[in-house]
Amino acid sequence: MKSEDDFRNVGEGVRAVPLAGHVGFDSMPDQLVNKSVNRGFCFNILCVGETGLGKSTLMDTLFNTKFEGEPTQHNQPGVTLKSNTYELQESNVRLKLTVVNTVGFGDQINKEDSYKSIVEFIDTQFEAYLQEELKIKRTLHSYHDTRIHACLYFIAPTGHSLKSLDLVTMKKLDSKVNIVPIVAKSDAISKSELAKFKIKITSELVSNGVQIYQFPTDDESVAEINSTMNSHLPFAVVGSTEEVKIGNKMVKARQYPWGTVQVENENHCDFVKLREMLIRVNMEDLREQTHTRHYELYRRCKLEEMGFKDTDPDSKPFSLQETYEAKRNEFMGELQKKEEEMRQMFVQRVKEKEAELKEAEKELHEKFDRLKKLHQDEKKKLEEKKKSLDDEVNMFKQKKTAAELLLNQAQQAGVVLSTHRSSFHVWLFSHGGFDALWLHLINLKAITKLF
Amino acid sequence: MIERPETAVPSIAQRNLEGYVGFANLPNQVYRKSVKRGFEFTLMVVGESGLGKSTLINSLFLTDLYSKDYPGPSQRIKKTVQVEQSKVLIKEGGVQLTLTIVDTPGFGDAVDNSNCWQPVINYIDSKCEDFLNAESRVNRRSMPDNRVHCCLYFIAPSGHGLKPLDIEFMKRLHDKVNVIPLIAKADTLTPEECQLFKKQIMKEIQEHKIKIYEFPDTEDDEDNKLIRKVKEKMPLAVVGSNVVVEVNGKKVRGRQYPWGVAEEGIFVENGEHCDFTVLRNMLIRTHMQDLKDVTNNVHYENYRSKKLAAVTCNGVDTSKTKGQLTKSPLAQMEEERREHVMKMKKMEAEMEQVFEMKVKEKKQKLKDSEAELERRHEQMKKNLEAQYKELEEKRRVFEEEKVNWEAQQRILEQQKLDASKTMEKNKKKGKIF
Repeated sequence: MKSEDDFRNVGEGVRAVPLAGHVGFDSMPDQLVNKSVNRGFCFNILCVGETGLGKSTLMDTLFNTKFEGEPTQHNQPGVTLKSNTYELQESNVRLKLTVVNTVGFGDQINKEDSYKSIVEFIDTQFEAYLQEELKIKRTLHSYHDTRIHACLYFIAPTGHSLKSLDLVTMKKLDSKVNIVPIVAKSDAISKSELAKFKIKITSELVSNGVQIYQFPTDDESVAEINSTMNSHLPFAVVGSTEEVKIGNKMVKARQYPWGTVQVENENHCDFVKLREMLIRVNMEDLREQTHTRHYELYRRCKLEEMGFKDTDPDSKPFSLQETYEAKRNEFMGELQKKEEEMRQMFVQRVKEKEAELKEAEKELHEKFDRLKKLHQDEKKKLEEKKKSLDDEVNMFKQKKTAAELLLNQAQQAGVVLSTHRSSFHVWLFSHGGFDALWLHLINLKAITKLF
Repeated sequence: MIERPETAVPSIAQRNLEGYVGFANLPNQVYRKSVKRGFEFTLMVVGESGLGKSTLINSLFLTDLYSKDYPGPSQRIKKTVQVEQSKVLIKEGGVQLTLTIVDTPGFGDAVDNSNCWQPVINYIDSKCEDFLNAESRVNRRSMPDNRVHCCLYFIAPSGHGLKPLDIEFMKRLHDKVNVIPLIAKADTLTPEECQLFKKQIMKEIQEHKIKIYEFPDTEDDEDNKLIRKVKEKMPLAVVGSNVVVEVNGKKVRGRQYPWGVAEEGIFVENGEHCDFTVLRNMLIRTHMQDLKDVTNNVHYENYRSKKLAAVTCNGVDTSKTKGQLTKSPLAQMEEERREHVMKMKKMEAEMEQVFEMKVKEKKQKLKDSEAELERRHEQMKKNLEAQYKELEEKRRVFEEEKVNWEAQQRILEQQKLDASKTMEKNKKKGKIF
């Protein structure tokens, strides 16, 4: 796979020396090529376009073979991506081709999120490669690269302009993948309409800042053809797997009542141009651009997101080891902090709860202190009542005993009266009172009656 | 991080092409791009001084790498082992090659040669480290490949066997760089001596389990025949010469002796004179790319995995290291993070549990004491109420008694009143007093 051969800089301090004969290192490119051929090549195409624009047919036509898949219905709830990988061989060159189709693109009523699953898919492939590259024990040279090398964007042949869905989607994809826009089913547009359409599309793309893939013009051997082709973008294509007899040959074509559209006839459509540019001339460049531009951008963003930097605050470059160690220390520190925080939180809660419960306990005690006091008050009252009752009882008893005593004394005094009359009522009056006297006298009368 | 979706590992189906597609042109595209990019190669030569290293380099690349203006290191006297690099740019057939020659003057020249391999190892490692750092940067731009792709080790033509220094050096370096041993100044050995010497060396190499660079088989049978022939000739015995002499009317590079000319450049079918041409063919014309690939895929990866394992396995017990090596350090950190999150969750759950239990306990205690106090309160209340009732009863009884007695008293009073009335009558009648 691509590794140390990608970036190179012939620095200073290098002097050119002449050779006195044939050394033989001019075979280096051949050596490299042989190795690549032995390893086999790999290419991944993503087809983005609304259902029914002929994506699968175009792939079949482009690669002269029948790929899998049935035509999809229009009732998909969202955009899903289906990918299939095939092994193809042409002369001694083996190609592992992956075709990814967007299923359900443009079918929903609300298409705001249509581009999301596509972007996610592309990012996932980048992520997988990044993960492999970052592993400690890695096998990059035998890694099956699944990154998308080219994205064919199918534009519906309305003849007017790009749809807003197209603009939005292409804008989101242009920094992630090489976009090659094509006008699909272009046999629906007349020649003059097509020219205007192409100009409109190109100007809309430019004014919206969408960067589509430009065929490279820095290599002299292909610069000319590439720059010519660049001016024919977007290619207007027709796909067909059916063959029609033209003259004495069978050619791929679409037969209409009014005529036959030949796929490989350059007057009829740009199919041949697309095939030339995409496969025969620039396939390797598409792969290189994906790796050196789009993947590097993804990688840079991802690493920066994770906090990796190239230089420390003193602008001295970090060595990988330092970076990883620093990251790890940071990470461990973070984890410990989290643990501490949680512990602290619990300690806090425990404290709070304790205080709460103590409060409750205090309240309870107060409540019962109050009740106790109430009790005691009641008890006191009760005691007082008891006492007053007792006092009353005592008084009554006293009265009673006093009355009885008087009665007894009156009886005794009746016996004394017969002998000491004169001193009687003096004695009486000094001993017992009037009542006692009358009682006594009644008894006396009873007694005198007896006499 | 995004997980790999299932579609990333698809089943691969074969398809036949029914017509021209055009990707058979891919090799040409690769060819074109590689020529435009240019090539790099770093070759290291190690051996005692005087073994003809500089001469050999000049011969190999047919250029005066070391000339009057740029004298080779052997011309300069060194006390300790140095590692010196010279970079030249050579062009041939439209292909540009940036060649770096790394020389090691002073190697094996001291009386005590222990650790003379250390500067060499340090150099190789430092180039690998440079590449590793460049590869690991966030902003990666050009990554020049200065790693050592091949190390030619010169064996002195003693005719006996490998010296202990030779063995020691090769054992230490065979894991870090592609080592190709050469017998230097082969024109001092007769063919038979050379054969014996070679056999001896190979035997010793195998005994000490030294892994020298193996030229891999190719798919081409013709090439494979040649490769097998070469393998039989290992280690290659070379003669280098900067001088062109005339032999049988032909101009050849060779060394002129009184007894003849030891030719260097002509490839005779049975390789009579020396293996130099074989060396040049294998090193430059057929296996240069493979040397670079092996350096990149094997030696560099070894270095890298060792380096990164050391970084990430800091403080982690070795029982876990095996599984961790298949992950990137970042993925590993992610996993650790996840583990930690789970641990925290568990800890949290536990703490919650303990907390709840304690709270329940305390609350229960509180409830119990509340109930107890309630009960006592109730009891006291009941007690009081009983006493009240008792009191009421007593009072009632008392009242009743009082009322009765007072009723009685009233009757008595009435009687008294009646009696006093009659007494008054009697008094008036003079009965009493």
